[in-house]
Amino acid sequence: MIVDDLDKALINRLQDGFPISDNPYADIAAELGSDESTVIQRLQDMLDQKVLTRFGPMYHAEKLGGAFSLVAMKLPEHDFQRVSEIVNSFSEVAHNYQRDHAFNMWFVLATETPEQINEINAEISMQTGYPVYNMPKLEEFYVKLKFTV
Amino acid sequence: MNVPKIPEGLIQMPGLDERDKMLVAAIQSGLPLCSHPYAEIGQQIDMAEAEVIQRLQRLLDNDFIKRMGVVVRHHELGYQSNAMVVWDVPDAQVKALGHCMGQFEFITLCYQRPRRLPEWRYNLFCMIHGRSRDDVLRCVELVVERCSLQSVAHEVLFSQRRFKQRGARY
Repeated sequence: MIVDDLDKALINRLQDGFPISDNPYADIAAELGSDESTVIQRLQDMLDQKVLTRFGPMYHAEKLGGAFSLVAMKLPEHDFQRVSEIVNSFSEVAHNYQRDHAFNMWFVLATETPEQINEINAEISMQTGYPVYNMPKLEEFYVKLKFTV
Repeated sequence: MNVPKIPEGLIQMPGLDERDKMLVAAIQSGLPLCSHPYAEIGQQIDMAEAEVIQRLQRLLDNDFIKRMGVVVRHHELGYQSNAMVVWDVPDAQVKALGHCMGQFEFITLCYQRPRRLPEWRYNLFCMIHGRSRDDVLRCVELVVERCSLQSVAHEVLFSQRRFKQRGARY
């Protein structure tokens, strides 16, 4: 998808937050010199084309009782595919990246309760036959939460 | 009407009343794209628009919701290279260095995580998105220079493949 200047302006603006008002898309449109129906259409297109994954509230997961963890695995090349299929079959695996390192699989677990992180990790380790290295965040540092495009 | 299920973790959540929980469950998959999105959300859970707005504002003020907005997919926007950069930082300096890293716009996440010795020595993790590998490496150099990390061991783990990416449910 080609994103034009209006799309970029929308992405940049919406990373700063979205108005909580009775007519929020019209508010945004007015700021950007566009109109409400165009803004809604552009957002719909970018969501359909997967330029945006999501449009809505970013929750403070821990405050809402949910839990996250980053988990690494160190897999031999020949077994990577088999293990990735098992890992990705868990609905609690939010995303999974192959990275160029001895620790070559990195995935994020998102569960409703902290206890479930250990349960899913144990299950993954048992089903794949490899250890998992659980690396939950100890502290989160403030970042700008904005990526200008 | 299809009323959204309230997640298990949310049910036990202190500080939120039943109506907050209904609202959180109703918007967790995203905001409707229509003229009056908060009125539409309210209709799903039998709540007036004004109450939806007032409760959402309070959830934001109390930091239950970090913000309303979009999550971008960097890859689709031409930022095709992403690296997790990991640093072995003395524990006493983690905080200061984490704050230093947070100032760069190209750093989208920055966390302290546990070491897993002897195999994994790194305790500070940040994500860098760039247009190319070289672009990411230049960013890393800039961080080393600006945060004075010349003597700190680090590794840059480029992603080779993304298997799965879904928005977190909450």
